[in-house]
Amino acid sequence: MSIWDYANPKRFMQASSWALPYAAVAAGLCLLVGLVWGYFFTPDADKFGSTVKIIYLHVPAAMMAISAWMMMLVASLIWLIRRHHVSALSAKAAAPVGLTFTLIGLVTGAIWGQPMWGTWWAWDPRLTSFLILTLFYFGYIALWQAIEDPDTAADLTSVLCIVGSVFAFLSRYAVLFWNQGLHQGASLSMDKQENVSDVYWFPLLVCIAGFVLLFLTLVLLRTRSEIRARRMAALLARERLA
Amino acid sequence: MRALLLRDLRLAFRAGGGFGLSLAFFLMVAVIVPLGVGPAPATLALIAAGVLWVGALLASLLSLDRLFALDFEDGSLDLLATSPLPLSGVVAMKALAHWATTGLPLVLAAPVLGILLNLPSAGYGWLVVSQALGTPALSIIGAFGASLTVGLKRGGLLLGLLVLPLYIPTLIFGAEVVKAGAMGGDVLVPLAALAGITAGAWAGLPMAAAAALRANLR
Repeated sequence: MSIWDYANPKRFMQASSWALPYAAVAAGLCLLVGLVWGYFFTPDADKFGSTVKIIYLHVPAAMMAISAWMMMLVASLIWLIRRHHVSALSAKAAAPVGLTFTLIGLVTGAIWGQPMWGTWWAWDPRLTSFLILTLFYFGYIALWQAIEDPDTAADLTSVLCIVGSVFAFLSRYAVLFWNQGLHQGASLSMDKQENVSDVYWFPLLVCIAGFVLLFLTLVLLRTRSEIRARRMAALLARERLA
Repeated sequence: MRALLLRDLRLAFRAGGGFGLSLAFFLMVAVIVPLGVGPAPATLALIAAGVLWVGALLASLLSLDRLFALDFEDGSLDLLATSPLPLSGVVAMKALAHWATTGLPLVLAAPVLGILLNLPSAGYGWLVVSQALGTPALSIIGAFGASLTVGLKRGGLLLGLLVLPLYIPTLIFGAEVVKAGAMGGDVLVPLAALAGITAGAWAGLPMAAAAALRANLR
């Protein structure tokens, strides 16, 4: 039994139907516990007030935005190398989820930014990189929508994901250079602030776990839908030929 | 391969080839931006480098969807793909022809448009250098984008959405070279980065574009 067994759509559907309820419940629990703990059971920070608590949404969403793209990259490579349809469909399924996480990150960041730093938006390297990532997600999703033949679409979007990853990486450093010259720290560094004390750190960990499980649940669910859609398309095609 | 390059160049220069269009668009951008932001020389001096580079991006984008689409429609692309030429070589030659008809005129026209935008005098040389180094990157990245959308009817809009994010590093470093050159800052870092992007793109993207074309030709 190796992981490649799940490249078989039937095995994948069986395994995912077993795993999905557990993943969904675990995600729900982690999110509930993490958010309630974070929002209601932690004290207001001295300097920042209660607005800092938006990090319980903002940080996990931003982390998952990047992780989702990396998962799409791996899935795209697996499609190009081993031609496993489940892999290509899982990349297709993960893209809108990743896009949503990116948008949540941007919006919660703006909501935090307004009371905290007095501005809804700043062309800070980190924010700009996330905005560029949003554009890459849009392009990827649009390409899937535009091509009719699913295998051709899988090939083209995989190549786009790989080339896009290289350019997204490049853009990160270009934007860093553009705003502050290389090798300087970002002005809006969040790492120092959230590691302020364990009081905030543990609920954050639970929220991060919740978001990871949420991503897993949603991608499994959407991949199952994509597989079903492919099966239906195959059935319709067979009907038409018969 | 030389024959392919010459053929594409000849096609581009003929009537309806779109040769002058990119240049005209570039001029248009240089005219409408001051009309939009106001004629104050100080403002224009600040934004000139960026506007010229954005204009180069958009002008390059304009002529991209005809890069493969015409040959795709009449079947020449199938012939090229099944010929002894490597498909990545075909892509490279087409991108080179695109650069010769779009990028190179921009490089030559940029200083003239710099006058319209009140570019500081120290910036002109660096403008030409950065555009000469950067526009080839625009052509090959654009060719990659065009290879993804070659079969589509409304490929043009999607092409813009796909290609403009890929253009961002080139834009940033190119504009930085001009700004640093104009203000007397460090030019070497962005210049090296720009050269690196162009070299890396020309090394890797022809193969990626060839893979995309093969997927579309199936």
